[in-house]
Formats: sequence, C-alpha cells, structure tokens
Amino acid sequence: MASGTLAVGGLSVSYGKAVQALREVSLEVPEGTVTAVLGANGAGKSTLLRAVSGTLPFHRGSIEAGEITLGGRRLSGLRPDAVVAAGVVQVPEGRRVFGRLTVEENLRAGALGARDRSGAAAARERVMELFPVLAERARQRAGLLSGGEQQMLAMGRALMARPKVLLLDEPTLGLAPLMAERIGETVAEINRQGTAVLLIEQNAALALRLASTAHVLEVGRVTLSGPADALAASDEVRRRYLGVGDDDALEPRFQRPPTLERWAG
Amino acid sequence: MTTFIELLVNGVSIGSVYALIALGFVIIFKATEVVNFAHASLLLVGGYVIAVLHEDLGFWLALVAGVAVAAVVGALVEFCVLRRSRAGDQHVLAIVTIGVDILLTTELTRRIGTDVLAMGDPWQSQVVQIGGISIAQTRIAALVTAATLITCFLLAFRYTSWGIAMRAAAEDRETAALMGVRLSRVSMGAWAVAGALAAVAALFLTVFPTPGLDRSTSLVALKAFPAAILGGLDSTTGALVGGLIIGLAESLAAGYQNDVTFLGRGIGEVVPYLVMIVILLIRPAGLFGTRELARV
Ligand SMILES: Nc1ncnc2c1ncn2[C@@H]1O[C@H](COP(=O)(O)OP(=O)(O)O)[C@@H](O)[C@H]1O
Ligand SMILES: [Mg+2]
Repeated sequence: MASGTLAVGGLSVSYGKAVQALREVSLEVPEGTVTAVLGANGAGKSTLLRAVSGTLPFHRGSIEAGEITLGGRRLSGLRPDAVVAAGVVQVPEGRRVFGRLTVEENLRAGALGARDRSGAAAARERVMELFPVLAERARQRAGLLSGGEQQMLAMGRALMARPKVLLLDEPTLGLAPLMAERIGETVAEINRQGTAVLLIEQNAALALRLASTAHVLEVGRVTLSGPADALAASDEVRRRYLGVGDDDALEPRFQRPPTLERWAG
Repeated sequence: MTTFIELLVNGVSIGSVYALIALGFVIIFKATEVVNFAHASLLLVGGYVIAVLHEDLGFWLALVAGVAVAAVVGALVEFCVLRRSRAGDQHVLAIVTIGVDILLTTELTRRIGTDVLAMGDPWQSQVVQIGGISIAQTRIAALVTAATLITCFLLAFRYTSWGIAMRAAAEDRETAALMGVRLSRVSMGAWAVAGALAAVAALFLTVFPTPGLDRSTSLVALKAFPAAILGGLDSTTGALVGGLIIGLAESLAAGYQNDVTFLGRGIGEVVPYLVMIVILLIRPAGLFGTRELARV
C-alpha cells in the first residue's frame, strides 16, 4: 500500500442500530489521485465521509465493522480533530460555511485543526490564488456570499488545514452549470498541486471526467468499481447516472422518467 | 438632579456586574447550547474563596485565588458532569446543571451559615465626591473592572483563535469539528471563563453598600438571568445591554420608590423580572438573540 493511501475496508455503518447505511464498503484513494463515488440520494455517500471524518456520533451513527486507514495508520475511532490533524479534511454537503463569520474568519477557522500552524500563511496564499474572489470579499459575512462563492469558501477553508486527502461531498450541488464547471476545474487544479481527492458527486459526467477511479454506491453497497473511463463507457452507468440510453437515439431524459425521479428525490 | 445622576451611575455600575454574570451564562450557552442553572453557585464559590482567604493571603491574592477556583470548578463541572452525561439532550443537561447548583449551593450555605463574610477589599465604604455627586469607590471599581474585563473578552472573542473556535462551534458544532476544533475544549474553556467572570462579579455584589457575602448572595446573582434572557441567550451584545438595562431599572426603581409607593415597597427587587417579561412579550428571542428559549 502506498504511503498516503486512504483505505476503507469492509466498512459497515448504522444509525441508531436500526438503519443500516453502509454494508461492507471497501475502496481506496491512492496518494495524489482523484477517486469518485457516485450514487443516488440516500445511497450512503455522506455516511461514508462521516465515517472517515469521525462525525458519525453527531448523527447517532456508529461503525459496526471494518476499518479506515491513512497510509496504514488507523483513522477509524479517532476524533474529528485527530482525523484533520492526520491530513484528511472534509468539505461537507451543503457547504456549511459559518455564515455569521467573515470570509477571513472562516479561513482562520479552517486553519485551527492543522497540526502545525507555521504553514498557515502559505496555505492562505495558495487558497487566495485558487479563489481570488475570497480575497475581494475577505471582510464580508460568509452568509452573504452566493452559492458558488460559498462552495469556494468551503473548499478554501478545508485547504487551510493543508490536507493530504480532501473529501468533497457533492461540491456542485445546486450550482449553475457554469459555476459547477469552475468548481470542477478547481478540483483538478487542487489535485495537480498534490492533494488526493475523494469526490462525491451527483453530477456523474463531471465526476467521471475528473476521477481516475470511480465507485458506484447503491443502498449502502459498492456495486460497481473501476477506472473512471471504463465506468463512463459502461452501459449500466451511462443509463443510470449519465442519463444516456444504450440503444435509443431519441432524447433519453424523457424516455426514462424513473431515472429522473431518483435524482429529483 | 444629583440624585438622578447618582442613581444612573450606580445603575450602570451594578448593571456592568450583572453583565459579567450574563456574559458567562451566554458563552456557556453559545458553546454548548446548555442553559447553565448552576451559574449562581459558581459565583458563590468564587465569592466564598475570596472571603475566606483574604485575611491570610491579603485581598489581591485572595481575589486571584477566588477567580482561579471558580474557573476550575466551572471546568470540572463541565468535565466531570456534563461530559460524562450520555444524555446529549440539552434540556436534560440543563436539568443536570440544576442538580449541580443545588449540590454546590447547599454545601456553601452550610459553610457560610448565618455569617456575613467581609471581602477585605481596599475600597471599603469610602465615597468619592465629583462635582456635588457622591459615588462609592466600590461602584467605580466595579464599573472600571467590569468594563475592562468585558473589553478584553470581546477582543479575544473577536480576534483570537480561541474566539474563532468558540464562534464557529456556536454556529455549527459538527462543521467546527470537521475543521479540527475540539468541542470538548471549547466547552470546558467556556465554563472556566464563565466561572472566572462570576467570581469577579461575586466580589462586586458583596462589597459596599452590601454588608458582605452571605447565603442570599446567590439569589442576588439570579438577577443576571433576566439580563441574559432579555438580551438574547445567544448574544454577547445582548448580555451587556441586558445587564445594563436590569442594573439601571433596578437602581432607578429603588431610588424613586418613595414616589411610586402605590406600587409597594421593594419594587427594585421585582423590576428586573418585570422588564424581562415585557421585553420577551415583544421580542420572544430577546433583544439581540436569534433563538427563543422554548426552542433551545
Ligand atoms: N442522521 C441519520 N439518522 C438516521 N438515518 C440516517 C441519518 N443520516 C442518513 N441516514 C440514512 O442513511 C442512509 C444514507 O444516507 P446518506 O449517507 O445521507 O446518503 P447520501 O449522502 O448518499 O444521499 C439513508 O437511508 C438515510 O436515510
Ligand atoms: Mg449526501
């Protein structure tokens, strides 16, 4: 196993002993790569990230079986701050910026968990290069930013801790297509600068373009795994996640209402 | 007119002491979402330590000790009781703090008995004359101290990493944890700071014109509850404004009660609660708050 690989092995998670949200999920995020996880609403994608970040207790959830490691070091069972200090930082679904704090304060909050604070200035510089708009709006309350700007802030905030692995939970959710594209480009740039990314997306086309490896999660299980381009070419994924019919020439979106319904939920 | 100015200054002074108490109450609520009913007993702990130690240590060391002990007791309550409690539900935790309050207050009133303990402060009953109005030195000391502490607190809250962690946790605990903020430290810090502020408040509630610390001191401290609630439980600004409003209302009502005898004697005692009720009827979340107590 490579030194910085984030590995999830045989992970089962339940909420309050009744809801089984993940069953024996295994996947890897090798150092310096982008790995995508696709899946419908309720498939367990956010649960996977909560398990990695150690925030399941906030939802009365717990790991029943399996293990999460970073470069062979055990992460499962650690508190959230220890996971951050180990170099795994999450950008949660819905951005969750601190709306009453300024942009600048949000970035400072992101640096609170870094193990050594000496690199904070360099991290800040990197974030401002990636997202110049954050420098312009530094003194504004984060709650006043647009959705796209909030996503940038949430990503910038996470980068302030200088993660080895960045976990992104549906970063383009609710954004206009153009903004979604920009976020996608930034994810690629962050990865080029050496950070591994675990990308969770509803926007399968975008995710499969960015990722080298992808996994499909269905009702808590990994049902498909493979190189992203192979998955993008597979009938199953084209039909269910890219909204492309395998044998029909007509506009497929209108022919497959069940698919649409799943995404609308 | 001079009476009015004297009442005003005294009101602001006592109000700033209430603000110290209310501020601690509010930061515990912000950091942990727990309504801390044990606050008055923390105050009594601090005051008791000062009263007992000042003869041996001298006033200033006794004050430092009182502040330190109240901070440690606050932190211990968080560490030993609230954190161990698996309840997780803020309503239940609030009730747990009532239990803590009863325990601490019972023990302290047993120790105090029927005594009135002097605080050994350097101001005693001396009075300063400024252009025809006379103000007790203790009131000036209270005002200056409270204003300094509040300023320091607000600066720290605004600019230090501790303050950012506190505010981030207050807004969204889970996301703050995702940023690596240690929530347990944040809440323990809040309890310690609240205890320290309460000890300082205890001093100024028990010096002149009050004869000293006695078993009823914690009841006086309860007036800071309406201050915190009417300002808004989750607002530091609210705690300050609430404290001042209660202090002023109490001072003016007590000063002019002879003119309003039809309302009965002792109107100064009930005015804090009257003011709170009126404000909550108009603004259920308090003047600056965002959350109603019922929705806590
Ligand atoms: N806090 C919770 N308590 C109970 N069940 C939950 C909780 N959060 C999520 N679940 C359940 O776990 C499953 C996976 O949810 P989630 O991980 O949020 O899915 P996704 O992110 O893929 O939409 C769903 O069935 C959902 O209802
Ligand atoms: Mg989700």
